[in-house]
Amino acid sequence: MSDSPQTYSAKDEVGQVRARRTRWQRAKIELKKAPLTAWFGMIVISIYVFIAVFAPLLAPFGEAEVTPVPYAPWSSEHVFGTDQIGRDILSRLIYGARNTMGIAFLTTCLAFIVGGGLALTAAITRGFVDQIISRAVDVLMAIPPLIFALMLLSIFGSSIPSLIIIIALLDSTRVFRLTRAVAMNVVVMEYVEAAKLRGEKLGWVMRREILPNILPPLVAEFGLRFSFVFLTIAALSFLGVGIQPPTADWGSMVRDNASLIQFAQYDFKAGITPLLPASAIALLTIAVNFVVDWFLMKTSGLRDEF
Amino acid sequence: MSSDDSDILLNMKDIVIDGFSDEQWHEIIKGVSLTLKRGEVLGLIGESGAGKSTLGLAAMGFARPGCRLTSGEIWFDGQDLMTLSEAEKHELHGARIAYVAQSAAAAFNPAHRLIDQTIEASLMHGVKSAAEATEDAKALYGAMDLPDPNNIGFRYPHQVSGGQLQRAMTAMAMSARPDLIIFDEPTTALDVTTQVNVLAAMREAVDRFNTAALYITHDLAVVAQMADRIKVLRYGEEVEEAETQEMLSNPKEAYTKSLWAVRSIEKPAETNEDHVLRIENVTAAYGSVPILHDVSISVPRGKTVAIVGESGSGKSTAARVITGLLPPRKGRVLFNGEPLPNELAGRTKDQLQRIQMIYQSADTAMNPRHTVREIIGRPVEFYLGLRGRAVDERVMELLQQIELDESFLDRLPSELSGGQKQRICIARALAAEPEVIICDEVTSALDQVVQEGILKLLMRLQSELGLSYIFITHDIATVQAISDEIVVMWMGKVVEQGLKDQIMSPPHPEYTELLLSSVPTMDPGWLQGAVAARKEMSIADQTGEA
Repeated sequence: MSDSPQTYSAKDEVGQVRARRTRWQRAKIELKKAPLTAWFGMIVISIYVFIAVFAPLLAPFGEAEVTPVPYAPWSSEHVFGTDQIGRDILSRLIYGARNTMGIAFLTTCLAFIVGGGLALTAAITRGFVDQIISRAVDVLMAIPPLIFALMLLSIFGSSIPSLIIIIALLDSTRVFRLTRAVAMNVVVMEYVEAAKLRGEKLGWVMRREILPNILPPLVAEFGLRFSFVFLTIAALSFLGVGIQPPTADWGSMVRDNASLIQFAQYDFKAGITPLLPASAIALLTIAVNFVVDWFLMKTSGLRDEF
Repeated sequence: MSSDDSDILLNMKDIVIDGFSDEQWHEIIKGVSLTLKRGEVLGLIGESGAGKSTLGLAAMGFARPGCRLTSGEIWFDGQDLMTLSEAEKHELHGARIAYVAQSAAAAFNPAHRLIDQTIEASLMHGVKSAAEATEDAKALYGAMDLPDPNNIGFRYPHQVSGGQLQRAMTAMAMSARPDLIIFDEPTTALDVTTQVNVLAAMREAVDRFNTAALYITHDLAVVAQMADRIKVLRYGEEVEEAETQEMLSNPKEAYTKSLWAVRSIEKPAETNEDHVLRIENVTAAYGSVPILHDVSISVPRGKTVAIVGESGSGKSTAARVITGLLPPRKGRVLFNGEPLPNELAGRTKDQLQRIQMIYQSADTAMNPRHTVREIIGRPVEFYLGLRGRAVDERVMELLQQIELDESFLDRLPSELSGGQKQRICIARALAAEPEVIICDEVTSALDQVVQEGILKLLMRLQSELGLSYIFITHDIATVQAISDEIVVMWMGKVVEQGLKDQIMSPPHPEYTELLLSSVPTMDPGWLQGAVAARKEMSIADQTGEA
């Protein structure tokens, strides 16, 4: 027999736990173990964010500043040349980061507030409220989103606010589905019942009892959803109903200069110019996915799906 | 090996097992040895975390994920399992060593029929042909006293009851006639009335086939029925080992004595004409399935009413009606003489505050992301309207009351033991300053020693604060210990209601008799007597397997 206590005491059942690590210490440990792809993703995203924030300082020309020479070749003055009306392509790429990412971020946030809020309400109240919201979401999901977006945008016009609201609404249906599914596993727990018995209001149960427990899959979904929104905006812009000129954005830049591709056999550099905004889109999407993958690997439960 | 040892089947020497947590390895079994002869049953007992199950699995040469066998020798019939390859161990598992898990419901694959799973190991190891194994399985089902042994195997796991499933699992373990079976808490999840049948069937099977067994449990009375010898474990170390009789009558170590002493709490039954809570003629149903039929229960102020019955008897449903989670179809709930609104939403904050609830599983009753400070502090803030410093002070006071201290304030539920968790749940209920606390099986997930601590705490709080308890349980020992009045429920009806002494002394209604006679005692001969008595009672077949 060791020197373990012979008499029973509730306090000694579990020995002193170590002081809990702060959030920052835990983050550091996790980062140390992060795989190369996650690091790549995080670095790329930070560079994008940096460029977006400091766009006016980094860009050699203004966002819509027209220089005398349209379709100028790559030179020391215009690193990636100019477009069809003589705007500097590098500057527009830099400003594009700000516009495209900013709008995509706002849209994703809005989609999560609307979709997540409705999903939690549905999961907690259940019954007919859940039925009404869920069936409404089913109806919205039954319509192909891109076509639905095109239709709504042509009805309400392609202003940036209507763009944000329409895409957010369409994407919130996906957020709703996921949030409702994960919240359903939590609402059946006894601590949620205990909170209801205490007489807590809906908002408190949502924010304090359920949300903290379903956060990991939601954060992962936020990353993926951001990529999708970003691609949708680029696609809509490419089709001409997204972000309108003169605002710089990657989707419309691809469309505006698309015809240059056929000149690749004469001037290779001119040929790859329209691919630059396209690869900016691709790179960011890949980076975000790398980070999300790593996050999903870490938070258990969803691991098997990847 | 000398010739004296020839009938030793399993010999484990100085087993050390490490577990991985907090990014480092800790010793969870610290050098335990055991020997087991052919046909002998060794009971392993101890509280949870003592390393019983880990040691049981080690007897198969297996360490569960997150654990590793660090050192020691495991001799099984002349082979050292520590040095065998996975493939060689695979040859033994199922064929010569079998394992019966705690939850048969989780261990059976719901997509296959029982018989296919029963004979799977025999077929895989080529012990028998399919036809032989099937015939044998039917015989085993018969030996396990399962109803309709020729056909029951062709059902799916969800089509038989929990007790039957547990017996089918024992039959599965027996199928290849192993030399050793490891029973890991096989009856813990069962009702007392069902447990008797399962225990008898297992004992009988082990005797008949001369199988050696390791029987792991934390229930002393059960181990007294099953084991030839008992080994007590604590903190991964052996406390003592002796023959069952010797161990029961004359334990040597202080810790073992304290385990034996648990069943000795008692208090005199008292009642009170002043009823704080009354349920009158309540009929309730989930959808169209009726659960409660015309149930009336009254709770005297400052006293404890125990509601007993097996699972499905409607005990917890009664609690849901009282709390307002399940509005009754008929009848009403009176609190201090005033009728309470049926619906939860219709009740005032004050009414909610006066009736608090403590759950069976403290794990799911506390939000894993909230600290102890938030868990206890929230009702203080919510009901009493305290803010800031005042909340902390009140929480500290409550922690004192439940015999914990301020070092617990910032812990998460995952950093607490089972008993501590249940204490925090008690503190959360106390924080509301209630008059009535509903305790739904609050001790059934805990070990004996911890149970005793919780029960004593509840009794002390009752005398200090004048609380009334509704104590829902299927454990008669707990009822004996703390109740004033007892309500016996069966199939949604109240069978009997009255003072403890009156209910516990004969004559009993038929069902109460069955319930009381099903509670194992520390007497090793109890099981035979109980089974013999059971055979005479026709009611056993309806209730045990309903």
